[in-house]
Amino acid sequence: MDIDVIISYLPLYKEALLLTAGIGWQGIALAFLLGLLCAVITHLRVPVLRGFVAVYVELFRNTPLLVQLFFLYFALPKIGIHISPTVCGTMGLGLLGGAYMAEALRSGLEAIPAIQSESAQSLGMTGMQTFRHIILPEALSSSVPGIVANVVFLLKETSVFSTISLMDLMFTAKDLIGMYAKTIECLTLLVVFYLIMLLPVSVLGSLVERRVRHAEFGD
Amino acid sequence: MQSLGIDVLFKGTNFIRLLGGLWVAVRISLISVALSILLGLVVGVLMTSRSKILRALFRIYLEIVRIMPQMVLLFVVYFGTTRVFGWNLAAETSAVIVFTFWGVAEMGDLVRGALISIPKIQYESAEALGLVPTQTYRYVILPQTVRRLIPLSINLVTRMIKTTSLVMMIGIVEVLKVAQQIIEANRRVSPNAAFGVFAVVFLLYFLICWPIGRLAAYLEKRWA
Repeated sequence: MDIDVIISYLPLYKEALLLTAGIGWQGIALAFLLGLLCAVITHLRVPVLRGFVAVYVELFRNTPLLVQLFFLYFALPKIGIHISPTVCGTMGLGLLGGAYMAEALRSGLEAIPAIQSESAQSLGMTGMQTFRHIILPEALSSSVPGIVANVVFLLKETSVFSTISLMDLMFTAKDLIGMYAKTIECLTLLVVFYLIMLLPVSVLGSLVERRVRHAEFGD
Repeated sequence: MQSLGIDVLFKGTNFIRLLGGLWVAVRISLISVALSILLGLVVGVLMTSRSKILRALFRIYLEIVRIMPQMVLLFVVYFGTTRVFGWNLAAETSAVIVFTFWGVAEMGDLVRGALISIPKIQYESAEALGLVPTQTYRYVILPQTVRRLIPLSINLVTRMIKTTSLVMMIGIVEVLKVAQQIIEANRRVSPNAAFGVFAVVFLLYFLICWPIGRLAAYLEKRWA
């Protein structure tokens, strides 16, 4: 292993990490909002919309992100919809994640015992108040393990971005290997940079999980 | 409006080739799942061992697998082993190695979870009824563990099938790669083929993973 080579590659990997993390977080934020919307629609049994949500969730949970990205990036332009790679990455991650987040949040909503909303009602809260102050916070806290697992999963999934010509970590590694054949250095940096991105998230995630455990209600 | 390229699929052997590509992906995941279940059972039992060192080692293994994207592992195994050990692994072998490495950790954790989720009272009641340990395992513990495990391992199969789409990155000609080839070959006659062909690939993945996922959900509910 050549230290000089590693040092000279560092700035390139840093750029790539920032790009991956940037798109990653935007995609995850989008996924969370989309997932929450879908979970609430399913939970409140909104007619018609509920059907759309079910189809969307099943479609995106049962197909790989790579295929979804190919569809967004290569297929949609053929019917006149052109999307830039960055937007494509964010959208792809958001759509995939939305389906997973919807499942996690829905099971959180379902886990709340009926006595919670009954008690809120007997205290004189309206339906909206019950939902905002009782149901939603409880559902969020009980779906934290699922959400954390999804965040790590989605950040890992960003590794396919290179296929739609985004210069992420995989792209950088592949490119440098192709040009200078310093395979070992490139692969080591690749592993290290993914660790830099994912290890803190994973550790922080388990801390948050432990922190919100006090919020388990009922039983 | 020009055709959206569905017709391209029915020219010559295109559709058969696409299905052939899908079979490559499914084959890799089936081999890996079979290996993962076998080795995962052993690893799962070891994960519940009393030895702290053993438990810590498996914990680290599991965390590495959980944190590293499968794509990175594919690159490390496919390109890295050639450089470091001089091995010349076939792409498909590398893919099976990576998916098994990943599957064993996940499966091991599932087995561990299933084993510790059996309440102690089951062991105690079996003993009170006069069953010897082997009988306890055979008639009481294993049937319950397997019931909990089967739906979860079926889910692992769908996750593997979805992840196999990555193997095109190390040069395996699977369904996405075949799709690209078909699109390229028909660029002149059907410039919009990308839409139809990728839509079909999307649906093919869905048609494989969705029923398997439904089966897992059904079994989970039925055996809960």
